[in-house]
Amino acid sequence: MWIWGIVLVFTLVMQIVTGVILAMHYNVGDPFASVEHIMRNVNGGWALRYMHANGASLFFIAVYMHIFRGLYYGSYKSPREVTWIIGMLIYVAMMATGFLGYVLPWGQMSFWGATVITGLFGAIPGVGESIQTWLLGGPSVSLATLNRFFSLHYLLPFVIVGLVALHIWAFHTTGNSNPAGVEVRRGSKEEVEKDTLPFWPYFVMKDLFALAVILIVFAVVVGFLPTYLGHPDNYIPANPLVTPAHIVPEWYYLPFYAILRAFTDDVWAVQLVSILTGGIVTAKFFGVLAMFAAIFVMALVPWLDTSKVKSGRYRPAFRFFFWLLAADFMFLMWLGAMPAEEPYASLSLLGTAYWFGYFLIILPLLGVFERPKAPPETIEEDFDSHYPPKPAE
Amino acid sequence: MFKKILLSVMLVAGFGSAATAKPGAIEDVEFSFEGPFGRFDAFQLQRGLQVFTESCADCHGLQYLSYRNLADEGGLGWTEDQMKAYTGQFEVFDAENDKLRTAIPTDRFPSSQFEGAPDLTLITKARAGFSGPNGLGINQLLKGMGGPEYVVAFLNGFVEAPECTPENFGGTYNTVFAPGAYPNECLDENDKRTIPGSWVGMPQILFGEDVEFSDGSPNDIHNQAMDVAAFLMWTAEPKMTDRKKAAGVWVVFLTFLTVLLYLTNKKIWAKVKRKA
Repeated sequence: MWIWGIVLVFTLVMQIVTGVILAMHYNVGDPFASVEHIMRNVNGGWALRYMHANGASLFFIAVYMHIFRGLYYGSYKSPREVTWIIGMLIYVAMMATGFLGYVLPWGQMSFWGATVITGLFGAIPGVGESIQTWLLGGPSVSLATLNRFFSLHYLLPFVIVGLVALHIWAFHTTGNSNPAGVEVRRGSKEEVEKDTLPFWPYFVMKDLFALAVILIVFAVVVGFLPTYLGHPDNYIPANPLVTPAHIVPEWYYLPFYAILRAFTDDVWAVQLVSILTGGIVTAKFFGVLAMFAAIFVMALVPWLDTSKVKSGRYRPAFRFFFWLLAADFMFLMWLGAMPAEEPYASLSLLGTAYWFGYFLIILPLLGVFERPKAPPETIEEDFDSHYPPKPAE
Repeated sequence: MFKKILLSVMLVAGFGSAATAKPGAIEDVEFSFEGPFGRFDAFQLQRGLQVFTESCADCHGLQYLSYRNLADEGGLGWTEDQMKAYTGQFEVFDAENDKLRTAIPTDRFPSSQFEGAPDLTLITKARAGFSGPNGLGINQLLKGMGGPEYVVAFLNGFVEAPECTPENFGGTYNTVFAPGAYPNECLDENDKRTIPGSWVGMPQILFGEDVEFSDGSPNDIHNQAMDVAAFLMWTAEPKMTDRKKAAGVWVVFLTFLTVLLYLTNKKIWAKVKRKA
């Protein structure tokens, strides 16, 4: 599970390289036709575009694996809180970049997705409408919007590069985490050498092997199923006069989209907050707050998890709740793609409740009440239990 | 023979003139271009172009396709001369000289002549035939997105309007077309639709034996629909053959690389893991 970092670095570089070349042929003035120009007339343009579009999916699969690995093995815990926080910033920047990029082909989903997402900012009481107009460069989504989205879509990846450098720097200061969740002994050089292995060749080769396996899957998707993860409606040119039957975001936003939609007018929590704030917080704004809060609680996890034991390996009760969280994430992802009607609305609320419950209630209490198994004293001890030394030696 | 009996039984049973499967359901049609090794059938594309030219082109455009593409590799298999002969039949409007002139290979096909008629270049990628079950995306993975299948079902989907249709209701009833007009008379008491499909602006175009294929291929409605659907898949994804060939090379190369990396990795770690 420690291989996803290298996959992410590779994907980031691939996205930037393919993206820079695509930008040479993309035309903000005639976006839809210029994408078709890339697909038909640019040498290897179809490969660049399908790699870039599916590369976004690879990026998010990898980042979700990376995040959930961190949640399972307690990688976020002291002394790696800074690494975790920077990681969360990268994740938010990735979400923004992915969304901006999805608008560029200027199909129906691009257009209406942009309308819905910028509409979220419009839900902010008082200043919302002004912010929305400022983001859009006009009263509604138009080519002016596209122009600024293109600019930002080009800018944000380099912000991510900077954040990634900090992320790597941060864990180079603390050292990598590991499945045992035990820190490397630093008493003497011998101790360190007993607990660790050099990056080259051991981890470089292991990572490259894993990367190659993942690239086979990626090649199959790009080569044989390039439109599987997309939405057919995005091959219909953007039309402000026709709203698609279902506006669905890309799969990687669906869990948070489900949380956003879970809070409707008839939810008691929404009604209560609405009354308490004198109607300033509407159901829509509540949903927006919930969506951002869902990511924010994840960023707070280093302080919400009170357990002294890092790795989920030695925490049986935690493991149960963790896997329930992973299932909840998949469940919300599925719900996000479903139409906004019963029973999906109630189920979304249930899934959302568990998401917040896990971070805000279960994790803090678990550290107090749970009786973890004893983790190994040292990494060396853990390693020896997996690969026992030969008796003769 | 058996098919004919079945057909007449279905007709009597009231399945309408186009006796396909259950109305509204999209059948999985077998196309030559499906699967990792699937390629376009050049002759089918040629027939499809003929159907398009004779039956669809009056209203629908192909604005992202150039005439020169007809001689591209992995497509219709035409020579330059065949492509030029076809191109020479058409006139395009030359905006620079403000007059009509004979089309040349670098010209694009015209865009739609009729307002409301969608451009067909990308139609097979813009429509989904399959989904589910339950939004899990398994059918799309197994059968494909179903764009060409949708086109076939659509062209076969013009059946007699159901009884609930009010008089003078605009458009033509089609069993698979979803976003069109739908009369309130055909809703039940819970406002649920009682019949599949909706009313589309275009009339039925293909009835069977609409075009005469020079190679004598069957020109019943289903075969014509399949041919034009295959052609429209090519217009939407003209580089598909290139893509699948390249992907084959990528997969073979990456598999080889993976094996080498696996062995190297195993050897490096063997001593550490006390296996050597």
